Order: sequence, then structure tokens, then C-alpha cells
Amino acid sequence: MTPASTIPGGGPVAAPSGSDTDILLRVQGLCKSFGGGRGKLFGRERALVRAVNDVSFEVKRGQTLGLVGESGSGKSTAASCVLRLQQPDAGRVELDGIDVLAQSQGGLRQLRSRMQMVFQDPYGSLDPRFSVLKLVEEPLLVHGVRDPEERRTRALSTLERVGLSPHQAERNAHAFSGGQRQRIAIARALVLNPDLVVLDEPVTALDVSVQAQVLNLLVDLQRDLGLTYLFIVHDLAVARYVCHRIAVMRLGRIVELADSDELFSHPIHPYTNSLLLAAPVPDPEVMRTVRAALQAGQGAGSATGIGDGDVQDRLEAQRDASAMADLTEVRPGHWVAR
Amino acid sequence: MNAPVSAPSDPAVSGLAVDPPVPDEREKLLEVRGLRTEFATSRGTVAAVRDVDLVVHRRERMAIVGESGSGKSAMAMSIVGLLQPPGRVVGGQVLLGGKDLRGLSDREWSKVRGRRISLVFQDAMSALDPIRTIGSQMTESIRTHQAISKRVARSQAVDLLGEVGVSNARQRLSDYPHQYSGGMRQRVLIAMALANSPELVIADEPTTALDVTTQAQVLELLDRLVTDRGAALMLITHNLGIVAGYCDIVKVMYFGKFVEESTSAELFRAPAHPYSRELSKCVLRTDQEVQGRLATIPGSLPDPTEPVTGCSFEPRCPVGHGNPLCRGTEPVMLPFGPPQADHRSSCHFSGKLTADADS
Repeated sequence: MTPASTIPGGGPVAAPSGSDTDILLRVQGLCKSFGGGRGKLFGRERALVRAVNDVSFEVKRGQTLGLVGESGSGKSTAASCVLRLQQPDAGRVELDGIDVLAQSQGGLRQLRSRMQMVFQDPYGSLDPRFSVLKLVEEPLLVHGVRDPEERRTRALSTLERVGLSPHQAERNAHAFSGGQRQRIAIARALVLNPDLVVLDEPVTALDVSVQAQVLNLLVDLQRDLGLTYLFIVHDLAVARYVCHRIAVMRLGRIVELADSDELFSHPIHPYTNSLLLAAPVPDPEVMRTVRAALQAGQGAGSATGIGDGDVQDRLEAQRDASAMADLTEVRPGHWVAR
Repeated sequence: MNAPVSAPSDPAVSGLAVDPPVPDEREKLLEVRGLRTEFATSRGTVAAVRDVDLVVHRRERMAIVGESGSGKSAMAMSIVGLLQPPGRVVGGQVLLGGKDLRGLSDREWSKVRGRRISLVFQDAMSALDPIRTIGSQMTESIRTHQAISKRVARSQAVDLLGEVGVSNARQRLSDYPHQYSGGMRQRVLIAMALANSPELVIADEPTTALDVTTQAQVLELLDRLVTDRGAALMLITHNLGIVAGYCDIVKVMYFGKFVEESTSAELFRAPAHPYSRELSKCVLRTDQEVQGRLATIPGSLPDPTEPVTGCSFEPRCPVGHGNPLCRGTEPVMLPFGPPQADHRSSCHFSGKLTADADS
């Protein structure tokens, strides 16, 4: 085991335990800012928001890394930079050793079939006029599968995998409930046989009983197909169940990165602790203790120095965050911003 | 600290309406009897609230829990007379302090809503007018119910904003809603809801759109203000964690009806209705590791256009699925357990289920 070290890039080097081929996705020094300069209309100076600020992480093949944080933490921006849906300002993204950011349009298109995305809103992300079958065939068409029979067969078998029958495949997407729509969205992502699936809050809009069904499905699919997930989620309880490893993000930076068991048994960063404290638990006894701690001013913003910030608060906190040192490995595999 | 601007004892604010009598723990504040709400749809009439009874006592904190389609929001809107077409209240009574609110004129409603019953919605952005300043909206809502000058109302608004944790309150009164963050807008709504010391605050998923740390702050704030003003709270939520933390009484709603009600302590200790039991099994917790697959509730809500025979949960129920009794006879709310728990459930097998839990 290498000694605990701090890397200028702000993230851990390849885990000493595993060889390089274990890593499917490697992200290093990823940066993405918005604003800055002067506004076009009035020429006013615009604040520069560092949405993703020097973020590094790795995801092992067949595993799930959770990017956890609140709104404005940069978790979704980081994910869309990984897929190059947005162009990052700096950094490096490697999928299976291939430099994603260096790809030409053509190369990127090929690469995209290996990395797919599922969005939060099952109502907004599916065209209601299309049949389910057509929705799932569409990615195949885009990626040049010309034979209609092959498209149909592959779409139907993918739908079956996510629990939808050929009979249901003929119906329009709008006839389905939220949970079933999310199954359709997952089928659309899987029909191309990707290696990496980026899941952006895939169960957030669902009722709790349906949420459990979709999470079970995702876990089954990962096991059966060897999928690797990058799981963006604000709900720590969901992250605990689904993720092997979790990166807690705040204001564009990773503040803590550890295996799921380790993070929940030994949370270290004050922000992680305030997130854990604020998450309500269905147990009146536990909640009594939690509320006493909240009222005593622990967690929920006060410990982090920010609550629900507006832009000004955010910029101030961002300066603090930038002043924070890089990640340090405090226990094996457990990295914390100091 | 800022003194509560409009505490019930403050003579400056009691101006318009008659002060409520000295609150008693068990005094009935709101009583709903046989409330039935229907929606006209292209596939026929659908009942969203099916003959619901409900009593809220003074100073009580009641949770209404349910998933989407349970009818919890339709019930709340029916109570406060804000149900929009195609929804229609077709039966029942809504008694506030013994007086039926159904059939009030708009003028009469304006003396009740915002004064005796206040509302806090999930979406603060659409509850506020985007083209008017926070200050003008707050002073207007204060002056609707209190015969005071603009200047006095404005200073009350400053105090209120300060009380809900908005810094630079005086300055920020001139800001527009979009200049506030989501959590701050929700604080403003809570401040407005409590400005006139209502007897009952109905909050419909007030923190669902907020981040978790902000949610904790806003819930603490709501709880503190409701306590300070001696109001009762009806909190509508899908989140059982919030129920456990902030409510004394819980009513679980499924398909337009209450299926179980009790104190929160008792409901979390020994849920008696199979729906409550299954629902609580589905909830993931940050403080517990789950091994293996998650519990789920198979199936979905019944088709609301079909007539209900028997128990509406029977098709999904692990206890009564396929049982002729459950299919044929709609269960009614029956009490059991210790009397102080006020525990009632509408399941033919609740008695057996709780006995098993206790043994």
C-alpha cells in the first residue's frame, strides 16, 4: 500500500490494489465554469461560477460510483462533461483507456454507444407520440443498425429484460406510469449494450414503492450484464443501497470519497455529516436525537457555513472551498478534503 | 431575537377577527365529515376523496401520508375551498370551530383563508407573484386581515422576515421572488402563512422541492413558528421520516381513504394496516444497511373509474390477496391497541397483525 498522499489533481491515483484494466472510467482534474466576462446586453460583469472545480475519480468495471450532493454541487454538470454533452474547460476523461475529450465527432459517436444516460424525469424524456418499441429502436437507428428485423428483435429483448412485454411494447409511452416509463428509459439506454450507464437521479421522481422496484431492476441489470454505473443522486439512503463507492460533492468539488460502507460507518467531512444528519429517518426515537442536534446548531448549513445560499453566498463559500486543500487519504481508500 | 410580531396575545393584531378562546389540548378545531371529492374525466367520474372523516384538535401536528394518487392534496384543497374544476366537492361537511365552511361566499372565505387557516404549498415560485416585490406581497397579505397602515404592516413584514431567518430583511423586502433562493422563498411563504396567527396551517409537501439540509432548516422553522403561535399543523407528505420527526398524529391515506391512523409513535412501532406496513418496508434509511433485494409493493392503484368492491388494497396485499372477505366486504376503521394511542385501521386482519407484532 502506498503511503497516504496528496495529489495536485485533487484526487486519488489509481487504486494500488487493482490493475488498470479494472478501471472503466477515469476522470482527472475535470473543470467547468459558467459566466464570467461581461454580459452581452448591458456589459455588466458576470460572476464566474465554478460548477465543477478540479474533480477526479475512477469507476471500477461492474461497479457503481455515486456522485452525491445538493443542487449546485456540480454533480450533474460533472456527469454531462464525462459524456461530453458539455465540453469541460479542462481535465481528462478516459473510458476503457480511450481519451473521450480528444475524440472527433465521428469517434465520439462510436464511443457514445458505449456510454449512455438515463434522466430523472420519465415524463419529459420520452416522446409521448411514439410507441415504446419505436422509442427503444430509435438509438439503434441512430447508431446505424439498418436491418429493421434486427432492431425489432434487439428492442424487444431489451424491453423484456426491464420487465415489459411485447404486448406493452406496441402501446404509446404516455399510457405508462412513472415507474414503467423509467423502465422504458432504461431500455433505451441498454439497447446499445453500453459499458457505462450514467443515471441522473433515476428514481427521484418516483413514489417510494415504485422507487424500490426500479432500484431492484438496476441492481439486477448490473449483475447480469456487468454494467458500470455513474449514479447521480441527492438521496444518501438511495446511494447507500446502490453504490459501491461514493463521492460527496459540494460547490463543484469532491469533499469526501470512500467506499459506501466506509463512508456511512466513518463519515469525516463536516458537510457529509450535515447531509447525514439532515436526512429524515422513519423512526420517532432517532428523529428526537436528530432534531436536538439540529436545534443545537449542528449540521444543516451551520456546520458547513452555508445553508441554502443564493448567488452571493455561493460565491463566498466557493472562495472558501477553493482555499480548501486537496483530498487526503485518511484511511485506506477514504479521501477527505482538508 | 425578534419578538413574534403577531402572537395571539398581541393586541395590535387581534384587530379584525375575534380572538379564539383559550386553546385546550383536545378542543376540536377542524372537523371533516364524509368529505367526497370527484373529478370529471373523459373516462367518467372519478372519486379522489372517498367519504373521509377527520378531526384536527388545537395545537395538534397531524401528518397526512400517502403516495401519488392517494387523494391527499385533493382533500386539502377541498377543505380550504380551493379545489379547481374539473374537481368538485360532492358531499360532506367541513366544520371549523363548529361552522360549516362549505358554501361560503368568496367574501366569507377571504376572512377564513390566510386568517384562520393558512396554506403553504410545495412550489413557492408559483405561489408568489413574480412581478411584485416580496415586501408588497407580504404587506398586502397582512393588511387583508388587519386594519393597519401600510407603514405598520411593512414593519411587521420586516420583523417576520427576520424571524424566518432572512438577513438584511428591510433591504430584501424590495427584492422580487426570483432574487430569493428556493429555500428562502419557502421561508417567505411560511412567514406569510403565519403573519395573521392562523389557528390551522395546512402545508402540502412544503419541502419536497428543497435540498435536504434546507429541508431540515425549513421544517425546524415551520415547527417553531407553529408552536410559538399556538396553531395546529396539517402536514401533507410522502416522506415517513418527516412524519416521524415533526408530527404527533399520522393518518395514512390510500386510494382516497384513510386506512390507518394513530399517534406517530404507535404507527412506527406497530403499523396495523398492510399498506402502512409494506410502505414502511420500502423506505431506505441512511442509518441502516439493506442486504439483498428491496421490499416493493407489487402492482399499482386500482382503476378509479371502476366501482370499488371490498378492500381497495386487496389486489396488492400480502395478507388478504385473493381472500373472499377482502374482495367482498369493504373494511371500516376500527380501534385497537392501547386507548391512548388512538389507533384505528381499516383492515379485516389488523387485530391479528398487531397481536403478532406485540408477541
